[in-house]
Amino acid sequence: MATAAMTTRPAQASAADEAIRVEDLHKSFGKLEVLKGVSLTAKKGDVVAIIGGSGSGKSTCLRCINFLETPSSGRIIIGGEEIVLRPDGTPANRRQIERVRSRLGMVFQAFNLWTHRTLIENVTEVPVHVLGVPKAEAHDRAMALLERVGLAEKANVYPSFLSGGQQQRAAIARALAIEPSVMLFDEPTSALDPELVGEVLTVIRDLAAEGRTMILVTHEMNFAREVSDHVIYLYEGRIEEEGPPDQVFGAPRSDRLKQFLKTVA
Amino acid sequence: MTGLRTWLLPHRIVMIALFAALVLWCAMTLRWDWIPKYTPLAIEGIWRTLWILAVTTVLGFLLAVPLGLAQAIGPWYLSTPARIFCTIIRGTPLLLQIWLIYYGLGSLFPQFPWIKDSSLWPYLRQAWPYAVLALTLSYAGYEGEVMRGAFAGVPRGQLEAAEAFGMPRFTKFRRIWLPQAIQSALPTLGGETILQLKATPLVATIAIVEIYAVSSRVRQDTFIVYEPLLLLAVVYLVIAGLLAFAFRKLEERVPAKGH
Repeated sequence: MATAAMTTRPAQASAADEAIRVEDLHKSFGKLEVLKGVSLTAKKGDVVAIIGGSGSGKSTCLRCINFLETPSSGRIIIGGEEIVLRPDGTPANRRQIERVRSRLGMVFQAFNLWTHRTLIENVTEVPVHVLGVPKAEAHDRAMALLERVGLAEKANVYPSFLSGGQQQRAAIARALAIEPSVMLFDEPTSALDPELVGEVLTVIRDLAAEGRTMILVTHEMNFAREVSDHVIYLYEGRIEEEGPPDQVFGAPRSDRLKQFLKTVA
Repeated sequence: MTGLRTWLLPHRIVMIALFAALVLWCAMTLRWDWIPKYTPLAIEGIWRTLWILAVTTVLGFLLAVPLGLAQAIGPWYLSTPARIFCTIIRGTPLLLQIWLIYYGLGSLFPQFPWIKDSSLWPYLRQAWPYAVLALTLSYAGYEGEVMRGAFAGVPRGQLEAAEAFGMPRFTKFRRIWLPQAIQSALPTLGGETILQLKATPLVATIAIVEIYAVSSRVRQDTFIVYEPLLLLAVVYLVIAGLLAFAFRKLEERVPAKGH
């Protein structure tokens, strides 16, 4: 695969490497324009961190990638496949959206585990009922994933009996169960008590270390600097500055980013 | 053991003793000699009450789901008729609905030869199809409103999670939305089902011999007024108790914190 990529022209080689490409993404809620032309690319194995103040559009940007929000305009290409959009930005092909979404592992700020199902049922739900994995196989894989996030002994417990940190780790296991090509994290630790943040970050750090492609919207600046390959700073719906983490955090050029880093430090 | 001990608290013992005395007094002083003669009829009546309740609640609930869904998220041409239906059902007496359907449809049907000649006619000549229809529509009207609230009350994030993982719309409805809506509606549905049980005597007015009609028959035949009514109350109490127990078991299937 790598050799094949090297023998072709560079442009095509990079296209084959791309897990996600977003071009000139716009999103308005009524008259309020939240995203004013955001472009980003995540190559396979990349960890892209999106940072920014509240209202900067970072969550909206992430939610547009799997169409939880409908973009107003722009192109979204996932794994080399462009999502076909109508002129108003809505996906033209529901099946395509469902297929693409079932390969994107979304982790929400509020966990959103299904409250009427136990942890193990949460983790097997999508593999069994969307992807058609046999029940026994899905169950074994789910147990292995719960083991991995340290929740094997809670497999038959309902989410409401767990701490926020435990719920978020289970939500990560649920996202991993679909064997995603890209993991999307929408402020995964923002709803957690401070003492529970660490256990969730540890799980995400492990995923980054094993070379998973991830897009991570976060308020944890130290964590973003540690795990990401590329950092994007959004300000009022535009990319104000981006680059490798050491450059963005160590030597910010824009005044707004300098100011932002000062306030969150 | 703890179960037994809670029954042996002093105030409970007094209550139990009082209740036992009351039962004993009833058994000794009131007339129960008519019971053996009417037992077969009473069993038939209870059976009829139970199946009317079961059929109308199940069918009514199956109608309530689309009625609730139409009102919660449907386009106006579905939500408006659904809302009108629920308003009419909830705004008029059930007795009136039963009579309108029985005397109305019942006298309309024979005017159409194709209905009179159809193989359904032997059934349509009887009263029970109209009773079942009226009670079904009534349950659907009330529960349609309950399900509207239940569907709307499922948190957005629960559905978003389903969408984010590529669940097709119907799978999302069947696996996430409907189970959660039913779960949250269960306490109300349990109460409404007991109300439905207590609405079944109304069908006695169109000559269906369910358990209430049996007690009336005893009164007419024997001129004994009190005893059949007392026994009737006990029968309804037992059925209502069993229903409440069954619904509590259903609710407990998904344990929630703080219960």
